[in-house]
Amino acid sequence: MRGADALLGAAGLAAFLALGEAVPRLGLVDEDYFPPTGRIAGALAGELGDGAFWTALGDTLTGWAIGLAVAVAAGVLAGVLISVTPYLREATASTIEFLRPIPSVALIPLAVLLYGTGLRSVLLLVVYASFWQVLVQVLHGVQDVDPVAEETARAYGLGTWARVRHVLWPTALPYVMTGVRLAAAVALILAVTAELVIGAPGLGARIAVAQTSQAVPEMYALVVVTGLLGLLINVGARTVERRALAWHQSVRGEVAV
Amino acid sequence: MLDVRGLGKVYEGSGRRVEAVRDLTFTVDAGELVCLVGPSGCGKTTLLKCVGGLLTPTAGEVLVGGRRVTGPPPDMAVVFQEYGRSLFPWMRVRENVELPLRQKKLGGARRRGLVADALESVGLTDATGAYPWQLSGGMQQRVAIARALAYEPEVLLMDEPFAAVDAQTRAELEDLVRGLWRQRGITVLFVTHDIDEAVYLGERVLILSASPTVVREQLRIDLPADRDQLHTRVAPRFAELRTHVYEQIQAAKRGTPADRPAEDLKPADRPAEDLQDPDVSEHPEP
Repeated sequence: MRGADALLGAAGLAAFLALGEAVPRLGLVDEDYFPPTGRIAGALAGELGDGAFWTALGDTLTGWAIGLAVAVAAGVLAGVLISVTPYLREATASTIEFLRPIPSVALIPLAVLLYGTGLRSVLLLVVYASFWQVLVQVLHGVQDVDPVAEETARAYGLGTWARVRHVLWPTALPYVMTGVRLAAAVALILAVTAELVIGAPGLGARIAVAQTSQAVPEMYALVVVTGLLGLLINVGARTVERRALAWHQSVRGEVAV
Repeated sequence: MLDVRGLGKVYEGSGRRVEAVRDLTFTVDAGELVCLVGPSGCGKTTLLKCVGGLLTPTAGEVLVGGRRVTGPPPDMAVVFQEYGRSLFPWMRVRENVELPLRQKKLGGARRRGLVADALESVGLTDATGAYPWQLSGGMQQRVAIARALAYEPEVLLMDEPFAAVDAQTRAELEDLVRGLWRQRGITVLFVTHDIDEAVYLGERVLILSASPTVVREQLRIDLPADRDQLHTRVAPRFAELRTHVYEQIQAAKRGTPADRPAEDLKPADRPAEDLQDPDVSEHPEP
């Protein structure tokens, strides 16, 4: 069954790529703005042979990784603190609901004012966007603590810190993992956006340069690279999730323990 | 060992005032196994949580070993009904049993010894590396019992521990608990809604009234110390005692006062003669 699924998936992808080759060649769309698959692949190969491309990729990944790490650490810390401190949750709920929907891109002018076009601008946007994903998940996860588990821990003399570590954290972990997976995707979007709009060094800036210099196949090739990055990040996050949550109902069937 | 004095608990919230427990007074001697039965919804769980220091009573007090309970006492262990939720699914069996010991700051060798001993005495030596959810319900409850034993409590509270397992498993677990109690000399307070279970297990049965709860009657179970599922449950004296408890619970549900103390339990109340089994002559006549 799995083999058949993979085969169908590969066939679908091949058909999509063939369509991308055929449509411009048949003159249905303007080849200048929509180059056929083959030319995009050629441009991609060219990019891979260019040292500047790898530097740009490294810049993007650096912004993504540092931003995500800061957002996850801050989100988890803030989430746990808010949930274990009496009244803090109620006091912060409306503020969180107000700040969370602000699109991170709306902060681009602020980022430029504060940090110019450097890495710190990218980080500001990435952290702002990813932080809420993690925080909201942690807040949900912490509420999921089973009262019987909590009472058991109390009955056996576990103090506040021990209960956070042995009951609250493992209970919230599935939610945290979901939050991290969402945040990882959002962080990549924001990293590329920041580079594209602000001009901070990275794949986004390289796409902008390709666009202004009419290097259309190269532009597409870079877009494909960002897509592949997103795919890899998602697969990686899911793998980490499955390993960390081998005990969880949603994973139990998949992993032999 | 366990002293409950004038215990009362009133829940107040959102304009409603519910008196769950009115005035409970009883004691459990050191090394005694006492069963608490009562009609469903009579506040058994509330009582147990107050005794376990998980709830603060609104009146009265609980003393364990002469010390007043203000939080979970360090020499008391609890076995909950919902074993699936009481055991942590993210920890293996060994870690579940060991966790409370780590909080007790016991050394590694001592902890390993206690865990191995506890798991052995519930017959789960082979399952130490498994996750609780890989085990059957009965085995999971054995893990919970092992966790309580490893904690080396003076007092063991059991809150309807076998209500969620099948009848055969329940019989096995009842014998396990009675065996462990006799072996280790722990003081056990066993809460149940199952009348047969209370009579079979207990040295004494406390019958509670309907909510707001008071102790309706204290009944000494004068069955021999050696009990087994096959013979004890068909003994005439067992039938008398369970009938008496059953009647009291029914009366408690109807709300009639306790009209017939246990001392009045005369041979006249005994069930039909055909229930008697000539093979079980070792049981004392009342």
